[in-house]
Amino acid sequence: MTMRRVAVVGAGMTKFVRRAQETGRELAWEATSKALESCEMSIDQIEAVVMGTGPDAFDGVHMKSEWLADGAGAWGKPCLRGYVGGGTGVFAAAQGWYHVASGLFDTCLVVCEEKMSPAQPHPQGAFLTIFDSFIERPLGPNLLWIFALEMNAYMQRYGLRKEDIAQVAVKNKRNAADHPASLLGDRNITLKDILESEVMAWPVQRLDVSPVTDGAVAVVLAADNVARRVTPQPVWIEGVGWNLDTAYWTDRDLSYPTYVEEAARMAYRMAGITEPRQQIHIAEPYDPFDYKELHHLEGLMLFPKGKAPEATALGITQRNGDLPVCPSGGLLGVGNPIAAAGLMKVAELFWQLRGEAGGRQVPGDPRRGVAQAWGDLMQVGTVVVMGK
Amino acid sequence: MMDQWVYSTTGLHEKDFETGRVLVETWKSKAEYAWDAGIAMGRFLEELRCGRLVGRRCNSCHRVLFPPRMFCEQCFRPTAEWVTLAETGTVMTYSIVHVRWDMVRLNQPQVPAVVAIDGASQGMGILHLLGEVVPESVKMGMRVQAVWKTPEEREGSITDIRYFKPIS
Amino acid sequence: MNRTVEIVGVGWSGFRSITPDQSYKELIFEAATRAYADAGIDPRYDVQGFVTAAEDYHEGTSIYDEYTPDQLGAAQRPMHTIAGDGLHALAAAYMQIASGLMDVVVVEAHSKASNILSLPHITAFAEDPTFERPLALHPIALAGLEMQALINSGRITEEECAGVVVKNRRNATRNPSAAHGIEVTSKDVLASPPLASPLTSLMAAPHADGALVFVLADTERARTLKGNPVRVRGVGWATDTPALDSRDWTGGRYARKAAEMAYRVAGIHTPGREIDFAEVDDSFAHKELLHLEALDLVPKGRAGEWTLQGQTAPSGSMPVNISGGALGEGSLLDATGLSRALEVVLQLRGQAGPRQLPHVTTGLAFGWRGLPTTVGVAAVLSA
Repeated sequence: MTMRRVAVVGAGMTKFVRRAQETGRELAWEATSKALESCEMSIDQIEAVVMGTGPDAFDGVHMKSEWLADGAGAWGKPCLRGYVGGGTGVFAAAQGWYHVASGLFDTCLVVCEEKMSPAQPHPQGAFLTIFDSFIERPLGPNLLWIFALEMNAYMQRYGLRKEDIAQVAVKNKRNAADHPASLLGDRNITLKDILESEVMAWPVQRLDVSPVTDGAVAVVLAADNVARRVTPQPVWIEGVGWNLDTAYWTDRDLSYPTYVEEAARMAYRMAGITEPRQQIHIAEPYDPFDYKELHHLEGLMLFPKGKAPEATALGITQRNGDLPVCPSGGLLGVGNPIAAAGLMKVAELFWQLRGEAGGRQVPGDPRRGVAQAWGDLMQVGTVVVMGK
Repeated sequence: MMDQWVYSTTGLHEKDFETGRVLVETWKSKAEYAWDAGIAMGRFLEELRCGRLVGRRCNSCHRVLFPPRMFCEQCFRPTAEWVTLAETGTVMTYSIVHVRWDMVRLNQPQVPAVVAIDGASQGMGILHLLGEVVPESVKMGMRVQAVWKTPEEREGSITDIRYFKPIS
Repeated sequence: MNRTVEIVGVGWSGFRSITPDQSYKELIFEAATRAYADAGIDPRYDVQGFVTAAEDYHEGTSIYDEYTPDQLGAAQRPMHTIAGDGLHALAAAYMQIASGLMDVVVVEAHSKASNILSLPHITAFAEDPTFERPLALHPIALAGLEMQALINSGRITEEECAGVVVKNRRNATRNPSAAHGIEVTSKDVLASPPLASPLTSLMAAPHADGALVFVLADTERARTLKGNPVRVRGVGWATDTPALDSRDWTGGRYARKAAEMAYRVAGIHTPGREIDFAEVDDSFAHKELLHLEALDLVPKGRAGEWTLQGQTAPSGSMPVNISGGALGEGSLLDATGLSRALEVVLQLRGQAGPRQLPHVTTGLAFGWRGLPTTVGVAAVLSA
């Protein structure tokens, strides 16, 4: 059957900061009000709200979305919170899509908020409890362990050097210098800076990682006929996909994110994409660590396995390259308020496809982009294809 | 341009806290749980206390699953029998960790690894630590064996294995 | 958008005060196996999506979503978690099918309340850190406040609340899955130790462990499966304010709005006549009364009276919580709303055994998210 067409018609966000004075609720409000303003809609025209936000342990509030709801304009409205760890930001857009595509709603607001800074002494503490309570927590693992284990597996599988990976951090932090909301943008950063940064959990070094951040992003979705009335340039959600692998991550081949490929296949099938490398013009894969951009580019089937580093070295993924990747500056450049970071990528594609990305604008006439997020225990892929 | 749709959020600095310019309230959550181990984990932990590693076989796909589970997640069927595994294995991946979870630097680096255990199907591994090893000498595919606590010290926990050390 | 959605399979495990013999994964696997057998499907081939309802702080695990797929047969499949009630997950499944994206979607929710040692502290952790937590009240105080406000407004009496407890715990004695079925008298209820006056301990639902799995499919697909589909005619959900100071203490606005949406989607105009029976949240006895009026199932102001007259008993004109509700089955935390829907499904299929109501074709299931929220979800189901 033909599915109802759904478009993004507006987007707004907060600055991404290390520690915001605003409460989580206020951050949600800031992003929501900017998103509504951007398409000249009022909260009364919003029929449903989707909230995306990461572990409750960050904000220090159980049943966090009930508490945040007011700020996200959800008072008196149907509000649902989807939660797929780091994959939440892009998944929230897919959830908003199914709200409108179901026919139950003509408009839907998607709000992703993350206030990590309250978790003291360090937000990493919230991640101590993501591990299996029986056979992993007693070992005292921290989040860096699993990233380092995966990064090492990826590097060793393809014989990669740190230089091959660190170039991603350089690209993204430089790209982010043109993002008005960015925390970590740095036009002058060099490969040397990354390679000389402190080793935290080999092969992970300090500048390979995007740090704890506070922020929120919101986008407005509308059904076909409504979208066209709201804006002359709606950006359509052409494909959605998500895939969750087994919880037994230690049984997984960590060198390749199969679940990202499965999620991409689902989204590409819906979008009618048969040759992703040709038919996609901008990619915003999830980049909490530099190697993840490469890992995910391969999972998105944009480059063959093990070949994303080479493509990066050739400049293909630069903003003026053949396939710009993370023109926003990504998480490495803009910041990593987990759920908000994923939705930031959706917002970036929205702005890029409308020619509104200012200093970050990808040249030519990009018509289609893919946003991807990832999370849980090296486990979930969430993908959205957008086009005009 | 999209700049106008970015709210000028107020970012705070360490100084704001040191000088008391911002109000902070602190809460500690009391979140205590006693999880039922159930059949699979219950037996796994009991076997650890006895100094053994066990897996479960699925009679449909014939994999020997480790960590053990009462159902095969691929076939979606109950698993059929317990399988005693070896205490040796292979390093699938590892890291050399210099920081604690709160980013405080460790005096001695830790070497966590995913170890695939002999006797289980290929690639069936668990997370553990390597010990009695020079971190820089660890290699993918390195052969390791479990170093156990004494029977009196063991309590039915994954830490009944102190660490895995290279097989000399 | 013209797709209609059916519940084609249900399976559950429990409900018991403790389940020490099974881990949560094993409990859910059991419920899932039953649901898939009921629907006649293989989750590895026949299902396009899976949805779980769960909260990190109820599980004791951050990003609990990680641990959801295996016991449902969802490994490497499109699966996600909703931080909400089981009925929210049902609504999500409904939307995924109605959109045309998927034909068959599985919904799961569970409770291992017995494993949470500090539950009241966790519930209090849901309160606003600046305005509410500093009062350091046991969260049950909020239920007491609400009950008192309702009494003050003349809408309910303590005797009527006791009547709800008597009815539901008696109903539960005919439900083999219920954990807390007993015969109690009104006198017992009113004389039970006060928790947060006027709320007494027998007026608060005790907890239970259990797991529920539902299989949903679009109507076309449902026709190719084993019999017994129940139509999801309408779903609705709503969030009111979390703030204690500005919430609607006596109107149950969250329930009213959730029901309005569900009735609109279902095409129901006079719920009192078109709904034959209902399973509505009764985590506290007064909630059943509040919800019955907000859901427009009984005439305004008459919920208590109807209860004492037996109109909401199995033999009455609007049977409510035939399963025993949360008071009789046990509160199943995030799975409570789904257990309300379970009874509606069983009744509509004629599978409720000794509890079977005669000639029922349409039922309402309503779930509340629990303290300290003002969030509700409604589903209208028809045979």
